[in-house]
Amino acid sequence: MKKFVSSLFVLLIATVTVFAAGYSIGDKAIDFKLKNVDNKIVSLSQFSDAKGFVVVFTCNGCPYAQAYQDRLVELDKKYKPKGYPVIAINPNDPALAPADSFDKMISVAKAEGFTFPYLLDETQEVYRTYGATKTPHVYVLQKKGPDLVVQYIGAIDDNYQDATKVIAPYLASALDALIAGQLPETKTTKAIGCGIKDKNKK
Amino acid sequence: MKLIPLILFFCLSFQTSYSGSTEEVKVDVLNFSQLEPLLNQKNDTVYLVNFWATWCAPCVAELPAIKAVEDKYRNQKFKVLLVSLDMPGQVKSRLIPFLLSRKITSKVVLLDDPRQNVWIDKVDPNWSGELPFTVIYGKNFRESHSQTFDFKTLDLIVKQKLNLP
Repeated sequence: MKKFVSSLFVLLIATVTVFAAGYSIGDKAIDFKLKNVDNKIVSLSQFSDAKGFVVVFTCNGCPYAQAYQDRLVELDKKYKPKGYPVIAINPNDPALAPADSFDKMISVAKAEGFTFPYLLDETQEVYRTYGATKTPHVYVLQKKGPDLVVQYIGAIDDNYQDATKVIAPYLASALDALIAGQLPETKTTKAIGCGIKDKNKK
Repeated sequence: MKLIPLILFFCLSFQTSYSGSTEEVKVDVLNFSQLEPLLNQKNDTVYLVNFWATWCAPCVAELPAIKAVEDKYRNQKFKVLLVSLDMPGQVKSRLIPFLLSRKITSKVVLLDDPRQNVWIDKVDPNWSGELPFTVIYGKNFRESHSQTFDFKTLDLIVKQKLNLP
């Protein structure tokens, strides 16, 4: 009976993990240790000067992710000096998405002139914990003492097709607010993206 | 001068139609206000609306299942609408050739509306924008699925919605 109860408990935990909705605004985010395209391990704790982070789940193969590569470089150049560097993470399983292999991440980072780390979520634990569902999918974290508080979740801006036609630069506005010591006016937004490739998910 | 509307008509039809060797495929480009009525039809038909794109591998993988279910219930009150989120500039160069080569005969429209933060919630507040995404609705029900369907799973759902044995 004891065994039954404990296996039921394990099952319950497993179910909760699978259906976890991920982070909401105000949640404390986890740090991680993931391999960068330069083969070095990156974790958020290494950025002692940062005031926070723009964690973006993105990839090589998705056209929506591709449409934002230039804009991510621009955002990193503008906001890294202000304390909010971009940290890009590829959440896809390369076995299901060959275009998103680690080798191809290296080529993309080089070709696109990425000024930020581009990490592989090899076990896919990080994206599941954050609750990302697609690429690109952004989480803005703000350091508060030892905590990383989620302050913005969603899209980069409101026009993936044409950067010159953006009306609402959601991510930049959220960062400007945080830098000014305020909270983002728009805290969550939605955009179309490519579903994350995970063999445990149908 | 009378020719101008005629010329305009031909230009427009060439923009959205492509004459294949045996069939013609037409893809209307809609904004969300134009698409919205198709997501909210009030009659006794069961509608399956699938959001997809040619570059989305899991979307492409489920198209044969959708086609097979559509074929199976061809004589029932069941309709499929494929809403493509391909780039609007690639209708002629990519989308229509894709539909022809895969022999897709379902109704296809392309949704061109950058105000995604507004319209995604109108499709389903629980949808965060990932593709593929499928809405199945009828007179008294509406459900959404964020998954890649196989034939068996989709067949079961549609059969049940059509109240078939």
